[in-house]
Amino acid sequence: MDMETLLSYEWSMMAPEFTILIIATVLSLVDLFTDKKVDRKLFGWFGAAGIGIALIFLFSQIGHEPAMILANTYRLDAFSLSFKILLLIGALLVLLMGVSYEAKGELLYRGEFYYLLMSALLGAMMMASSADLITLFVGLELLSISSYILAGTRKKSTQSNEAAMKYVINGGISSAFTLFGLSYIYGLTGSTNLADISREISNIAPENGLVLLSIAFILTFVGLAFKISTVPFQMWAPDVYQGAPIPVTAFLSVVSKTAGFVIILRVLLSVFPFAQGLEANTSLLQSMMIFISVLAGITMIAGNTIALKQRNIKRLFAYSSIAHAGYLLVPFVAFSEMMFESMWFYLAAYLLMNIGAFAVIQVMSEHSHSEDISIFAGLFYRRPWVAVMMTIFLLSLAGIPGTAGFIGKLNIFIGALFSDPSRYILAAVMMGTTVISYFYYFGVMAQMFMRPSGSAAPIRMPVGVTIAMVFCAAGTITLGLFPGVVLEFFQTQFNFAEMFY
Amino acid sequence: MDWLTLMIFSPLIGILLLSVQSAERKTVSLTGILATVLPLLLSLVIYTQFHGGGNLGVSHGWISFGNGMFQVNYELGIDGFSLLLILLTTIVSTLSASVAAAQIKQGLKAYFLWFLILEIGMLGVFTAENLILFFIFFEITLVPMFFLIGRWGFVEREKAAYSFLIYNGLGSAILLILFAAIFAKTGTTNIEELKAIMASGEAVSEEFRYGSMLALLVAFGVKLPIVPLHTWMVRVHVHAPIAVVMIHAGILLKIGAYGLINFGLGIFGDQFAKVAPFIAILGLINLLYGAFLAFVQNELKSVFAYSSVSHMGIVLLGVAAMNEAGIQGAIFQTLSHGLIAALLFLLVGIIHQRTHTTKLSSLGGLAKGMPLAAGFLLAAGMASLGLPGMSGFVSEFMAFLGLFETMPWMAAIGTLGIIMTAVYMLRAVLGVTYGKTIKSFTGMYDLTRIEMIPAAALLALIVLIGVYPAIITHTLQLTLESIMPGIGG
Repeated sequence: MDMETLLSYEWSMMAPEFTILIIATVLSLVDLFTDKKVDRKLFGWFGAAGIGIALIFLFSQIGHEPAMILANTYRLDAFSLSFKILLLIGALLVLLMGVSYEAKGELLYRGEFYYLLMSALLGAMMMASSADLITLFVGLELLSISSYILAGTRKKSTQSNEAAMKYVINGGISSAFTLFGLSYIYGLTGSTNLADISREISNIAPENGLVLLSIAFILTFVGLAFKISTVPFQMWAPDVYQGAPIPVTAFLSVVSKTAGFVIILRVLLSVFPFAQGLEANTSLLQSMMIFISVLAGITMIAGNTIALKQRNIKRLFAYSSIAHAGYLLVPFVAFSEMMFESMWFYLAAYLLMNIGAFAVIQVMSEHSHSEDISIFAGLFYRRPWVAVMMTIFLLSLAGIPGTAGFIGKLNIFIGALFSDPSRYILAAVMMGTTVISYFYYFGVMAQMFMRPSGSAAPIRMPVGVTIAMVFCAAGTITLGLFPGVVLEFFQTQFNFAEMFY
Repeated sequence: MDWLTLMIFSPLIGILLLSVQSAERKTVSLTGILATVLPLLLSLVIYTQFHGGGNLGVSHGWISFGNGMFQVNYELGIDGFSLLLILLTTIVSTLSASVAAAQIKQGLKAYFLWFLILEIGMLGVFTAENLILFFIFFEITLVPMFFLIGRWGFVEREKAAYSFLIYNGLGSAILLILFAAIFAKTGTTNIEELKAIMASGEAVSEEFRYGSMLALLVAFGVKLPIVPLHTWMVRVHVHAPIAVVMIHAGILLKIGAYGLINFGLGIFGDQFAKVAPFIAILGLINLLYGAFLAFVQNELKSVFAYSSVSHMGIVLLGVAAMNEAGIQGAIFQTLSHGLIAALLFLLVGIIHQRTHTTKLSSLGGLAKGMPLAAGFLLAAGMASLGLPGMSGFVSEFMAFLGLFETMPWMAAIGTLGIIMTAVYMLRAVLGVTYGKTIKSFTGMYDLTRIEMIPAAALLALIVLIGVYPAIITHTLQLTLESIMPGIGG
């Protein structure tokens, strides 16, 4: 590649990524050369400002014609833009939580925390925008490796070390699965570029490639299931979520999960709708949906029922986030016109309610140095507004009307029942397990409202985490009462047909 | 002027005031009660507007899913039936709030916050004009009830709260799937539009309609409740605080009847007609099983809880008759039982406050110590067993009149229930008021003046409906005219 082609690229397309890259680099260098006594919290605010700038760049790109640069490996389209908004907002909120994170002497490497968060975010953004299996995988690994370290940043905590170790090993296995699956796709089509693959794949005669492609599909999906923590790769989540520092847990459960859905959509939808399926006149994607719907059903049931037994709030939220990943697979299985809207909206709602809940968990567990659900006892009588906000998040997670979670679920239902064939069984499983989830979400609320509080010591509310909490609460309610604001923006600004080549 | 929206959300003013106020008991109870008076006044305004022929309907665009493929509007409207239920709601809520102010010992402020949210939900349920909005308000009642039962109830309050949550959660889960399916199939959730679509008979298959009808029967059957889905309801009646039971027995159970009549009968009338005998059998089971169990209870609240089960059987019987008299009877029973149950539980609450027990074996001879309370209890009992001149008589009479026309055998068996009602009611009420006087109660005093107001108001309404039923039929007539064509009657 000569200089001329390099210069001819429209580099401004990558402005958000460059912003994050620059921030990450600058932070790591400054961390190296500044005195240990300098408060690293400043890094957090600096990082937050950087994400803010990246968001501005991103919003200015809305409406951009779909375009590709870097030899068709980087793609800017409605799909990448819409999901990058979620990734950036999620990371921004996590950063605000991180600034306030004060677990005593546990977080030794504060500087690292901030720039690793940035590099993880960069990986996630690259995943959203890449149009090539290689860059996709590099983005995936950048996100994964950064998160492995992030999970272990509580150096003196055995749980944190265990979390990092489990995460690395499981992550390695799942990456191997993904790569193995991708290698089949490459082998059959001779290209790593998604646009080329989607053209080539329809030419493959069923008798030659069907079995191999089916294997490729299953391996790729199973490998990527790790990132979104669905069956069969969900068991790492409880241990890692419990061991990691709370902001990192929030990051893993929201940003990393969103990135996981992004890569699943990008890879599977670029390749498999164009391949001949098991029966005539169907695509391989349709033939494989039964496989995903079974996994989604098992995920919802497993996540929600095991959560019933949890006393540790972070573990409880780990199982809850497994369950939500299951819900999020429902629109993908239904594969109706509303799929992107349902998934995007639910991810946005999930981002707000889950980060919000983790913000409250952070405040409460720092206050009482415990992670048992009894830390919420009597919260309403001590800090009524915090209890009200936590109630909003929990109600939203449980899908009660008036909150974003309900509109998200409703959207998923309509999509699932509107598609042909209607996914009644999956919708029924989703709704049934949602009722099971009432038990544990209302259990936390029962702690806040019905139990006497253990201590009367004032609860400290640091600035960063409070901002995150209030933003999430306001967002959850706004999306619940006036979802039109966001839905209309989404429907008018993003045309998902652009995603296909 | 958008009176309906104003009324539904008027409790918000109380919520705002309460959340900024100090927790001083007097101001909190005053604000709490006044906050329920506001919707009461507004509902009276709406009543006059409705009869003045004013157009009260509201419709705004709200959410559009899938690029406008699925449009959910904010649509409110009322007919005669829902107007009466709204009045029932606002009246019983105000009375219940005054009872709560007297009986809730701790955390009165939090109590009223939840209570006012509950009232928003209840008022919304009866005014919503589309299924999604109905569901939203329906679900909103779930959360405050959980806390009201779990925080302020009696011994097994948390168990009762979870039992309430899970049963009703499952019921609403079925409703949500059903509503989403109807939405996905027809593209609308507006009740009037759905009636038109179902009448034209092309858009959806026969199987889908039967499925929907049965799903509605189960979902609202949990709420009503239909035996065998009633266990949660008995638990709630026994363990929830009295003021909440007034609301629960008086209004929340009526959502089941309202849904069954408005949606089951209104939208899927033809399918409903086919399964009417089955519904009549369910009604008989409710009536007789409830009455039988009420007879063997040894605790006053359980007697009244099973009596509610039994009386809801009459609603089912009236609906199953599928003719004007039957449906009118069902609606009358819905309203009348709302008032009677509220009065009965109000008195149970007062008795419990004085004697600290509701066991039949340790209650007796109250007529001596508190003659007024005993008198009211007796009157409420009489109304419940259908004494002519009280609202219970009118409703039972009409429901059975309707049923005799279409299913005489069922009706004949059903009349047994009326006899059984008299037996268990008299056993419980007479035992408490006249039976052997039990000396151990000290410091017993009769109804105070403040307690008189709700009791007298409820009894007055019960008698008013009993002697002058036209006050209800006058409002109801328009509704019946719109339901009847739907069932080809």
